[in-house]
Amino acid sequence: MVALQTCLQSLPELLNLQQELKRKQEQRKNYLAVCGDTGCTAWGSKHIKDVFQQCLEQKGLNHTTGLKFTGCLGLCESGPVVIVFPQGIFYQKVRESDIEEIVEKTLLQGEIIDRLLYQDPVSGEKIIYAGEIPFYRKQERVLLADNWSIDPSSIEDYLALDGYGALGRVLHSMSSAQVIKEIKDSRLRGRGGAGFPAGLKWQECNEMVSAQKYIICNADEGDPGAFMDRSLLEGNPHSVLEGLIIGGFAVGAAEGIIYIRAEYPTAVQKIRLAIGQAEALGLLGENILGSSFNFRIGVSVGAGAFVCGETSALVASVQGRVGEPRQKPPHLAERGYNNRPTVINNVETLANVPHIINRGAETYRLTGTKKSGGTKIFSLVGKVNNTGLVEVPLGMPLREIIFAIGGGIKGGKAFKAVQTGGPSGGCLPASMLDLPTDFDELSAAGSMMGSGGMIVMDEETCMVDLARYFLKFLNDESCGRCFTCREGLSRMLEMVEAITKGQSSMVEFELLKELAAVVKDSTMCGLGQTAANPVLSTIRYFEEEYRAHIEEGRCPAGVCRDLISFNINAELCNGCGACRRKCPAEAIEGESKTPHLIRTELCTKCGICLETCRYHAVNKL
Amino acid sequence: MINFMLNGLDVAVEKGTTLLEAARFYGIEIPTLCHNEGLSPYGACRLCLVEIGEPGKSRLVTSCTYPAQEGLQVRTHSERVVKTRKVIIELYLATCPSSKTIQDLASRYHVTRVRFRRKHDDCILCGLCIRYCNEQMQGKAIGFVNRGVERRITTPFNRKFEECRLCGGCIYICPACQARCQGPQEGSGVCNACLNLSPPCLDHFGDAMCYMDPCVACEQGRKG
Ligand SMILES: Cc1cc2nc3c(=O)[nH]c(=O)nc-3n(C[C@H](O)[C@H](O)[C@H](O)COP(=O)(O)O)c2cc1C
Ligand code: FES
Repeated sequence: MVALQTCLQSLPELLNLQQELKRKQEQRKNYLAVCGDTGCTAWGSKHIKDVFQQCLEQKGLNHTTGLKFTGCLGLCESGPVVIVFPQGIFYQKVRESDIEEIVEKTLLQGEIIDRLLYQDPVSGEKIIYAGEIPFYRKQERVLLADNWSIDPSSIEDYLALDGYGALGRVLHSMSSAQVIKEIKDSRLRGRGGAGFPAGLKWQECNEMVSAQKYIICNADEGDPGAFMDRSLLEGNPHSVLEGLIIGGFAVGAAEGIIYIRAEYPTAVQKIRLAIGQAEALGLLGENILGSSFNFRIGVSVGAGAFVCGETSALVASVQGRVGEPRQKPPHLAERGYNNRPTVINNVETLANVPHIINRGAETYRLTGTKKSGGTKIFSLVGKVNNTGLVEVPLGMPLREIIFAIGGGIKGGKAFKAVQTGGPSGGCLPASMLDLPTDFDELSAAGSMMGSGGMIVMDEETCMVDLARYFLKFLNDESCGRCFTCREGLSRMLEMVEAITKGQSSMVEFELLKELAAVVKDSTMCGLGQTAANPVLSTIRYFEEEYRAHIEEGRCPAGVCRDLISFNINAELCNGCGACRRKCPAEAIEGESKTPHLIRTELCTKCGICLETCRYHAVNKL
Repeated sequence: MINFMLNGLDVAVEKGTTLLEAARFYGIEIPTLCHNEGLSPYGACRLCLVEIGEPGKSRLVTSCTYPAQEGLQVRTHSERVVKTRKVIIELYLATCPSSKTIQDLASRYHVTRVRFRRKHDDCILCGLCIRYCNEQMQGKAIGFVNRGVERRITTPFNRKFEECRLCGGCIYICPACQARCQGPQEGSGVCNACLNLSPPCLDHFGDAMCYMDPCVACEQGRKG
C-alpha cells in the first residue's frame, strides 16, 4: 500500500505500480467475491461478507485469501451470490450458516457444496462454475467482465487489471485528433438513447474555439427497470472515470461533471470515493502523469426527474435551474454548461472508451454490426426465466437474447411482445424476433435502442393496457413546457384510457393515430418526440387488439377491468366457500356446500377468486 | 449574409436572423402564439413550425428559434406543416375556446371543427407574461410552478409580491385574457361579454395580484 501514497508523475511510474499490484494479486489467487450490489445487499450480503471476514481471520487465512465486496454479478434474484476463485465456483442464496462450510470445504479443499449450486431453470441441471451458467455463457461480457474481480472501493484492483493504462497511453503518445479518430474508427455509438456516433460528437466539440469546455457524464438513468449504468458505476467506477478523463482530453475540456440521480446513493458514494482515490494518485488534477493535461471531475446530484436525462434539461439542472429542456439549436457543442461548448456522454459510452484505446479500434469493431461497434448491456426483465443484466454484441437477434440467454418465457407461456428502449420505446411482436438489436434496425421497426431496457411480455399482457401504462409514465414526466407534449400526451392518455374502458369509437381511434403522429413530429425535446412510440408501435403490430376493445368491448388478454367479468360455474362449484372468504369486496355469496354466486355490481374484478378456487369453477370472461 | 431557400425562392438575410423573422421579412405569414418581437424566443406554442431539409429527410422545427443557415431548404406551408398546424390549432381550440386570438387563428387556417373533448383551461402557458415581466420590467414577479399538466403561472409562494409594479403588462400581452366576443345575443342584439369579463389570471392569483381598475384586459373594465 506504500506505493499508493505517492502521486504518479510519469507513465513508467504508473506501469510500475500496475506491475507491483498485479504481483500482489497473483499471490492471492484465492479469493471470495461477495456481491455487494443493491439486490444482494437487500438479501443481506453485507453481513455475509463481515462473517466471511471474521471466519477468515479466525482461521488465519486473511493473508492468503482475498475477500472482495463486488458490484453486481448478474442473477440478482438468487442473491446473496458468492463466487470462489480461482476456480470460479458459483454459490447462490448463501446464508450465514453456510459460511464456515464454504471456507472449510470449498476454499481449503476444493470440494463442491451441492445444495448451494445454481440450478438452471430451463434444464433443471445444477451448474458449478460461473462461466458455465447459460445466462453468462452466451453473453459477451466486456464492460461487465471485471465486476467479478474488482472491489469497487479499491483503485488497486482496477490498476492491477492494467487500469488507467489507456489514459497513460493517450497522454503520452496520442494527440486529441488521434484519440478522436480512434473512437470514430471504432464505430462507437452513444449508449444513452440517440445512438449518435461518439467520435463525431467529440470532434464537433473539439473544433469549437473557446477558453473553457466541459464534458459531462450522464448518469441520470431514469428509465424504469433499467440499471446498467448503475451497475457500472457501482461495480467498476474507475472505468467510467478513465473514459471521462480521456474524453476530456479529446475534446479539450479541463473539467468533467458526473450528473447522477439522487436515487442512486451507493453509486454517488462509490464514484466520490473513486474520484478521491484518482486525485490522490495524480490521475486527476494538474499535469496528469507528468503531461501538460489538467483535468478535474465534480459530482452533481440530480433530484430525479426523467426529463433531466435530456441533455439541455440536464445542463439546466446542473446549473441549479429548473430541469427543463430548451429548444435546440444552439446545440450543446456550441452552448452548453456555462454557455460553453459541452459534450454529454452516457456512462456506458464512456466505459467503452478505455477498451477501445487498449484493444485498438480495429479489434474493437470486430464485435457488433457494420455501423455500430462493440457490445451493449441490456436490462432483461419481465416474463423471462432469467432476468438481469445481459451484455451482448450489438446486432444479436432479439430471439437469442430472450430465449438463449433469458431462458425463454416463464411458466411455459407463449411469447407475445418485447418492449425495447424503455418507456418511450416500442413493442415488437413475435414476427420481429429475428430482428438484430441495432440502433437503425430497431428504429426502422418503430421501436428504439434507447438505453437498453428490454421488457418481455407473455400472452397475458394486454397491449392497449401496456400502451396506457407507458403513456401515463411519460405524461407524468413531461415538463409541460411545450404545448404539444403537455396537452397532446394528456389527450392521448385520455383517449387510450377510454379504449381500455370500452368507451371509445373507431372515429376516436383514427383521431388518436392522427394526434400521435402530430405529437411525434412537433414537440420540443426527445421526450415528446418518442412518447408516441408505445402507442404507435402497439397500433402497428397489434391493431386487432385495439379493435377488439373498441368494436367488441372485449379485452382479448383479459386485463382491462372494465371489459372483463367473473362468474362461477354452478356445476363445478362445490360451495367450499374459499372464494367467499377471500373476496375483499365481499361480492361472493352462497350457502356452504351449495354453488356460490358473484354479485357483479360489487365485484372489483381483482381476480383473487379465480386464483383461490381449486375446482376451476371461476371463469373470467 | 446567409443565403437559403424559402419556399423555393432564393433569399438572403443577415446572420443570426431566425427563420420566422426571415419569413416575415419576405412577407410570408407564419402563425405564432408564444412569440413577441420584444421578448426572447421560447419555442413552446409549436404553431410556428416549418419544414426544413431535403424532402424525405426533412423535419419540423420551430421557426421562432431556428437560425437561418446557409443553403437550408425551408418550407413554411408544405402539406406536413399545414396538417400538423391544423391539429395543433384544433387542440388549442379544445383547450382554450374562449380566446379570441385562438378563434381568429382557427378561421384564418380553416380549422372548422373540434374533435377533442372541450376543456376550459384559459391559460395556454405560452409564458409571454413571465418573459414580459422579467425581460421588459425586470420584475420577476411571476413564474412557472409545477410540472406537466400541473404546470401553472403564479407569484412566488402564491403571495402578493412587492416586485409587482402593477404595470398590467402581463394581462396586456396575454393571448388568452383578451376580450371574449361571443357575438350578438338573441333578444338584446348586443354581445356585452366584456362587461362580465374576469380574466383567467384572477382565478389563479386570487388576492396575490393587483387587479387594475379598470382592467386593461378589457377597455370596459371588469366592474363595468
Ligand atoms: C427524456 C429523455 C431522457 C433521457 N434519459 C437519459 C438517461 O437517463 N441517461 C442517458 O445517458 N441518456 C439519457 N437520454 C439521452 C440523452 O439525451 C443523450 O442523448 C445522451 O446522454 C448522450 O450520450 P451518448 O451519446 O453517450 O448516448 C435521455 C433523453 C431524453 C429525451
Ligand atoms: S412562436 Fe415559435 S413556438 Fe411559439
